[in-house]
Parts: sequence; structure tokens; C-alpha cells
Amino acid sequence: MLVEKVRGAMRIAAICPEAHAQGLTPGMMLADARAQVPQLGVEPHDPLADLQWLERLADHCDRFTPLVATDPPDMLVLDITGCTHLFGGEAALVAAAEDSLARFSDHVRSGCGDTPEAAQALARFAPGLSFARPEDGDVVLRRLPVAALRIEEEVQTALIRAGLKTIGDLAMRPSAPLAARFGEDLVERLDRLLGSADSRIVPRRSPPALRFETRFAEPIARTEAAMAALANLAGQAAEALEQRGMGGRHFAARFYRSDGRTFDLAAETSLPMRDGEVLMRLLHERLDALSDPIDPGFGFDMIRLIVPRIEPMAPSQLQLEGGAVSEEAFAALIDRLSSRLGRGAIRRFQPRDTHIPEQAALTLPAVDLPAPEPWAAPQTGEPPSRPIHLFDPPQPIEVIAEVPDGPPHRFRWKRQQHHVVRFEGPERIAAPWWKHAPGKSGLTRDYYRVEDARGRRFWIFRHGLYDSERPDPRWYVHGLFA
Amino acid sequence: MSPARDSLESLKAHIAGLERACAGESGGEPAGMARTGHAGVDAALGGGLMRARLHEIFAFEADDAGCATGFAAALALRLGGTLVWLREGEAERRGGQLHAPGLVEIGLSPAQVILGTLPDALAVLRAAADVTRCGDVGVAVVELWRNPRAFDLTASRRLALAAESSGVTVIALRIAATPAPSAAQTRWQVSAAPSLPMEANAPGYPAWRIELLRQRGRPAGGAWRVEWNREQACLAEAPPVGGAGTGGAAALSGAVLPLSAGRPARTTGLQRTG
Repeated sequence: MLVEKVRGAMRIAAICPEAHAQGLTPGMMLADARAQVPQLGVEPHDPLADLQWLERLADHCDRFTPLVATDPPDMLVLDITGCTHLFGGEAALVAAAEDSLARFSDHVRSGCGDTPEAAQALARFAPGLSFARPEDGDVVLRRLPVAALRIEEEVQTALIRAGLKTIGDLAMRPSAPLAARFGEDLVERLDRLLGSADSRIVPRRSPPALRFETRFAEPIARTEAAMAALANLAGQAAEALEQRGMGGRHFAARFYRSDGRTFDLAAETSLPMRDGEVLMRLLHERLDALSDPIDPGFGFDMIRLIVPRIEPMAPSQLQLEGGAVSEEAFAALIDRLSSRLGRGAIRRFQPRDTHIPEQAALTLPAVDLPAPEPWAAPQTGEPPSRPIHLFDPPQPIEVIAEVPDGPPHRFRWKRQQHHVVRFEGPERIAAPWWKHAPGKSGLTRDYYRVEDARGRRFWIFRHGLYDSERPDPRWYVHGLFA
Repeated sequence: MSPARDSLESLKAHIAGLERACAGESGGEPAGMARTGHAGVDAALGGGLMRARLHEIFAFEADDAGCATGFAAALALRLGGTLVWLREGEAERRGGQLHAPGLVEIGLSPAQVILGTLPDALAVLRAAADVTRCGDVGVAVVELWRNPRAFDLTASRRLALAAESSGVTVIALRIAATPAPSAAQTRWQVSAAPSLPMEANAPGYPAWRIELLRQRGRPAGGAWRVEWNREQACLAEAPPVGGAGTGGAAALSGAVLPLSAGRPARTTGLQRTG
């Protein structure tokens, strides 16, 4: 039995059939239950673990249809439209799903209906029925109690008091008075249940552009063999991509273990790609870099490769002078590093058209940035005007200057005095006009390149113009020059 | 496809070798080495900085991080190829971000730089091992702050071996660190040096005091004051600015005094406080 704390009292959240037979019900107080059945075994309720377990079951059910939705706390909804013929009909699919889920749980209830709501109502109130004709399902539906609508407790009681006990009773009534008396929600739910309103599930994953899978009659228990099977799928994917004139940017392999666990292996590329061998190399890199290796356990019974993102890709040709080739090699290097070290860790610089120094360069994941824009060439004959290290945020310093709006004379940074021997400036960088207006926070910065007595070169700035913007402008060091 | 590409690659490498030999760079580069452009440094190194080796650059103080970074970037530019720069997340907080416009000012194109930011020193070293195994990388800069325990003799030996087998030159940039036994080919110490002032006493080109602390198989020793010339992309002897180090400050401002005549109060202020 599982208990949870509801408004200060321990109440029963879930019970086993034996406890139910003793007359206990969910929602009871633990103290009352103990009074009835003193030898209760009690565990705290963990909704998060339940949810994770449901997600794992949903992963498991991916093998029946790509469109799987979870309906917490205890339901999975599978959209099996167009999948049934693969299993030999609706009833056979439901039986297969029940069989495979029965391995994980004692109680599996299933229902198969025209709409998700009908299916869940049948699963909860009339499990285990399979219908030869669709009309039969409708008849059963109409016999279900109003609780199958999953409406609020008060509405339910009100309906029963009014003598409307089954779905059929409700369906016979005109909808306008029902809506006026019990709310729009009721009518909407009724329509969805009976299939007169459109209703669909929100799958956990959108269907991928391309999907390849292989199933094994006997689970394979060696990772090498699984990777060999995956290589076969990669070859198929390459062929299909070539036929379409497309290349993949994202590849995801999923291993389905026979006990319901799944393992993912994904690779991303910075340029569209359709080379099976290169893909396998990337996936192997990813496999080597995994912190907990893929454990085959009792073996995998299915492997699937999906290509969620595809983009047009022109057939490539070797260039004698090596333009495209070196670009490809560079992209391949980025792909390898990104799949090994993680896509966020490997970045490239992208220039931005702004004067604000800390916004002048972006670092973006290299995989997303196949060709960065060119950088403006520095001015010839001039020493560097931008530092090689930039502090973000700038570090505050104490500055002594001759005059408040003059150049710095000496400054104190990290408890160390620096005497300014040489300086150049100010280089005035104003905040953008939409921040610079009176009353806004944007202040003008006066940047100085300074060199101290030991030859260290700093980039420091005064934040705010003296007198006109601030009475006592603060100073900051913003960067270190080479 | 792949044999064709291989032969194309070898032809290209051959042509590049011929071009290098023909180039006027004072007789061309010795095989497997990259000239720094500074005659004294090149002579001490026996021709140039060896490729496919591990080199260590030390900045003993954190304040010299900018100079050491600049020197590493300059060497990477001389060595050529794709540059992979690996940093710790802590370096980002302590020493600031690697600023792409600043790399442009050194002469490196940020488009050829891949930046890797890893959470800690151990992750950086693991990534460095991976990067060094990729033959397509030209130079890998491994930036480490302080003395991480993970970077010991074994780790450096592993990096050096990987570099030798793949042909990637590895530069270990050690900031605020003290030298410890390692398998590096060369070990440098970089600190700031006063630059030759431009007009109106403005700070000039990047100038560093570099010292060759140690070198495998050759006598070590030698300290130079060098200046980085972006247009020529080479190190050059820094012109004298009235003696190296802190003592030169007074003579320095004297030499350029006529240009800063408009600020007499500042000069006296310096004398008073200095």
C-alpha cells in the first residue's frame, strides 16, 4: 500500500487488491486504515518514480506505433491508425501490446476505440472487450456510466441525481440544455467520447522524416552485433537519402532491450550528410564517449534508426584546388568532436554587427553553424584595438585620474596597484540609441587602452560621462591585451 | 573515392612543401618545424618550433594571462592549420572569455578556431586526448589554470605521444601555474614587456618577454624581448625602449616626453608616486 500526505494527513494513495478486499479504499486516512487492518505494509508514494516508469513503458510501446502519448498517472494512449495491418488487425495488436506489457505489470487494461477518449473509457470501465463490428463498440460505450467522461465529482453527482446515469442517457438529450445546466465542458467531452468531435493525442515525439528498423526473432546480447545491425540500417538510410537527394542533419539510433529499457545513441552533423560509414563512425565516437556504456542485458529485440532532420543536399564533387574538400573535412572534424565531447561544448565564433564589445562575438554550437560569416580585417599598421581576453561582466576598479573626465593615472585591480605609463583614448562607445535616451539605463563608456609600468596592457573604461550622465562615474577593467 | 582523395592530399602536401622551400622566408622552413621569425629564438630551437610535439607556455602570474594567450595564439598562427582551443569553465570566469575580435587583432581568423569549453581540468585533458587523436587538427591549445592534479607527468606523456603519432601540435597554456616535470618538447615562460610606444605615448604592438626554460635534446636557456608583428605574422626583436622591465619606465617617458608635452602634470605625478 502506498500513502501520501494530503492536507496534513497521511492518506492512502494506492492499494493492492488484497487490501481492497479488506475494505480499504484510496483516499482513506492511514490511521483509519490501520484501525481496520493493523498488519498493513506501508510505503511512501513517489509520483515522480511513477511518471518515470510510465515514460519507460511508453518507450517500450514505441515498437507498436510511433505516436505514443502518456496520460499520467497510469495511462498510455497509442494512436494505432495505419499500424494495425502490421500485426494482423486491431485485436491482434491489442493482444500483442497487452502481452508485452503484462511482463511489467500485473494489471493491464486495454481498450480500443475510435477516439482516445472512447478508448480510455472502454479501458477503464469495460476492459478486455474486443468487437467484431464497430457498431458494437458504440453500444458498449452508451452503456458506460457517466464517470467514464472523466468529469468533476460535483457534475457527476448532479447528473446522477438528475437521473442521467449512463452515456447513452446523456447522448439522447439535446446538447444545449445540458451545456446550460452542467457546463460546456460536459458536452465537449461527450462529443469527443462518441466521436462526433475531432480529438487526437499529443504524441511524445513527432514522427521522424525517415525511419528504419530491424527486429530480431531472438534477442541479441552483444553490443558489437547490435552495432553491426545498426550499420546495416545506416546503409539503408544512406540509400533512401540518396534517392531523395537529401542529407540528414540529425540521426538517432534506439536500442530496445527485451526487458523494456531503451538506449539512445544520437549524432548530429553540421552539414547534411548521407554517408553510412561516416554515420557509423560518429555513432561509434558517441558510444565510446558514453559515461555508462550500453548494457545489452538479456539482449536487444529491436533496433531503430530515425532521421528526424533532413535537408536538401546536392551531389558533391571533388575539387582539384581543394575548396569544398577542406570545408567538408572541417565539418567532419566538428561533427566528430561534437559527438565525442557534446554539442554544447564545441563552439565557434560568429560576428555580430554591434559596437557593444561584449556583444560583438557570439559563441554558438559548432554543429549549428556550418559556415560562420567572415570577420572584418583589422586596421593595418595599428596595434590591437580589442583585447584577447574579455571580462563579462567587467570587473570594477578604483581609478585615480588627474581630472574627473580625464585619462586614468593609476588604478587598483585585484588588490594591486597599476601605474599607467602609456594610454590611448578615449574611444567612446555609446549605448544604442533606444537605451541611450534620457531616463534610460544606457550609459556612455569611455574606453582607454593603458599599459602599466610592467608592460601589461589593459582595456579599461569609465561608465558614464562625468557630470552629464553621472556625478561619479565608476571605472571597470573590461579586458586584457596580448 | 578515398584513394583519389588520398593521392590528391599527398600531391597538395608535396606542392605545399615545394612552395615552402621556394618561399623567401630566409631559406625556407626545416622539415617538421615552424619558424617563429625571430632569428635568436629560431637558432635556439634549432630551426623552429617542432610540429607534432607538446609545448608548454607558462604565465607564472594570472595577470600575464593575456600575454601568454597572445603568445600561444601567435605560435598557433605560425604553426598553421585548424586551431582547437580547449578551456575550463573556470578560466572563463577567472580570466575572461576568449574574445574573437582580439584574435582577429593577433591575425588569427576566428572562423578557423573551434572553441571547446569543458567543466573542469580532467574533462579538458580528456577532450585534449580526443582532439589530439584527430589528424585533421593543426594545433590544439589546452588552457589550464593553476596546477591541476590531473595534469601530471603521465598525462603530459600521453598527450605528447598522441601528438607524435597524429601530427597535431599541442600547446599547453598554463596560467598561474608552476613548472613540474613533463614530457613537453619546449617549455616557455611569458610575461609582459613594455611596448614601443606609438604616437602620443599610446601602447604599441604586443611585446612580451619570453624565456626558453627547457628544451628536449638541446641546451635550454635564452630570454628575449619580442614583439608580435601582425602584418608579417612573425615574431620580431622588440626595439629597445630604454631597458627591459620596470626600471625602464622613467627613461621611457623621458624619451617620448615631447609628444606628451600637453600633460606635464601627469609626468610629475608619476615621479612623485613612482
